[in-house]
Amino acid sequence: MKSANQRAWLFVLPVLVLVAFNALIPIMTVVNYSVQETFGDNLFFWQGLDWFQQILRSDRFHAALGRQFLFTGLILAIEIPLGIVIALSMPKRGFWVPVCLVTMALPMLIPWNVVGSMWNIFTLPDIGLLGYFLNHTLGVPYDMTQSPVAAWITIVVMDVWHWTSLVVLLCYAGLMSIPDAYYQAAKIDGASNWAVFRYIQLPKMKTVLTIAILLRFMDSFNIYTEPFTLTGGGPGNSTTLLSIDLVKIALGQFDLGPAAAMSLIYFAITLLVSWVFYTLMTKDDTN
Amino acid sequence: MKKRFLIPLIYILFLMLPIYWLVAMSFKTTNEILSGFSLFPQTFTFDNYAAIFSDPTWYWGYFNSIIYVTINTVISVCVALPAAYAFSRYRFLGDKHLFFWLLTNRMAPAAVFALPFFQLYSAVGLFDTHLAVALSHCLFNIPLAVWILEGFMRGVPKELDETAYIDGYSFPRFFVQIFLPTIKAGVGVTAFFCFMFSWVELLLAKTLTAVEAKPIAAVMTRTASSAGYELGLLAAAGALTIIPGAIVIYFVRNYIAKGFALGRV
Repeated sequence: MKSANQRAWLFVLPVLVLVAFNALIPIMTVVNYSVQETFGDNLFFWQGLDWFQQILRSDRFHAALGRQFLFTGLILAIEIPLGIVIALSMPKRGFWVPVCLVTMALPMLIPWNVVGSMWNIFTLPDIGLLGYFLNHTLGVPYDMTQSPVAAWITIVVMDVWHWTSLVVLLCYAGLMSIPDAYYQAAKIDGASNWAVFRYIQLPKMKTVLTIAILLRFMDSFNIYTEPFTLTGGGPGNSTTLLSIDLVKIALGQFDLGPAAAMSLIYFAITLLVSWVFYTLMTKDDTN
Repeated sequence: MKKRFLIPLIYILFLMLPIYWLVAMSFKTTNEILSGFSLFPQTFTFDNYAAIFSDPTWYWGYFNSIIYVTINTVISVCVALPAAYAFSRYRFLGDKHLFFWLLTNRMAPAAVFALPFFQLYSAVGLFDTHLAVALSHCLFNIPLAVWILEGFMRGVPKELDETAYIDGYSFPRFFVQIFLPTIKAGVGVTAFFCFMFSWVELLLAKTLTAVEAKPIAAVMTRTASSAGYELGLLAAAGALTIIPGAIVIYFVRNYIAKGFALGRV
């Protein structure tokens, strides 16, 4: 049992100060912009909630939000099951375990814009490995800069390449915490592979899967650098995800008010969905 | 049953292909790259790497990145240690809310913060310094560090603390001499994740720097646009950014899987 101790606040204070400095001041700046209009020269006019209404009603925002949900949905639908399957089939001990872990973790340690550039080079139609293979060996016409479908497939495959390992590592950690006795008992009972998975492995992986789904949701919903470096949001607007659109409005057009309002709506949606995921997945524990 | 190893094998091959291509590209001459497709470098050249190591803008990009990543890792771990201890040992007013609030900072899109960060760090006179980038990365690294460390600390029985007090240890001495060595694996994992997320982040690092502290990843984007599109040079620079991560990951290979699994959700 933890003891009550208000002096614990002193221990938390440095963290609080640093995070508050980085989180509260910028968010207040954003809130400040979101209710004002400016024509430059540091002159601001009170605008009320107009920007919020304008953003919430604009087709452009709806389209970007739709693409964002499609992207995140695809990512979760592919990476989570794939990560579980790979974790299940990984060796449990021996020489190959560290080899697998190190090679699998490698993509996560590459700077995000390098990931984008790398996939750009990899998929160039005539001189990239994948692009050349698809176009000239298989004869499938493939050009990311021309076809929205190809661009979409590429950004999804890139993210699967980049982040599935996170799910694998988490699930693997969960699997390794299952004592051998559980498997022996299942064997004596004559349990099928599916039963072992459903009643032993899956429940044991629940905590780590919750972390995996939450992290993958947050990060794929906020993704910016990789798709921007790879496609720049194109062709047309077909891969302009929410954050790419936001940066276009804020830094490209310098519409600070609408961009700030959009940031807050964006943040609110992320928080809301994370909270729903979190509550749904931890609901059983409290009962 | 024996075919099981095929799944991780195919997955690893899939992971290695783009990396192989990047490395192969970096050993090709620009002429060879543009003249057509070749699976292996025909005229093997170190020119791209030589160009990087002889140009201060390039290699200072690496030093800048490594400097701010190191500062960030040190700050994050140092302030997260006492906080994680407090969360794992004591109940205090608003502890659960505070913990959740810390985690929400990981959910904020970096794109939202780019402009306010620029203004904030310009206002306090830190713009274009390593410290600015290191401090701004604390936004998402400190919550993560607290989260992971708290998981490790919760696994240490409270009796350890009590025995130490009975033996007459003061709190700082107990923390440094007894408690830290017990959770050193956790500190290693935490440092690794802080390193990783600070190393890969670019948007804030790019926004907060101009010349003096420009990270390698940002040098890459600028060179790609100004000097035409030198694919070989770009590939070499990219290949070099993989190395620090690979070194760090090798040292913590036995702990990476544990890192997140012990965190509380």
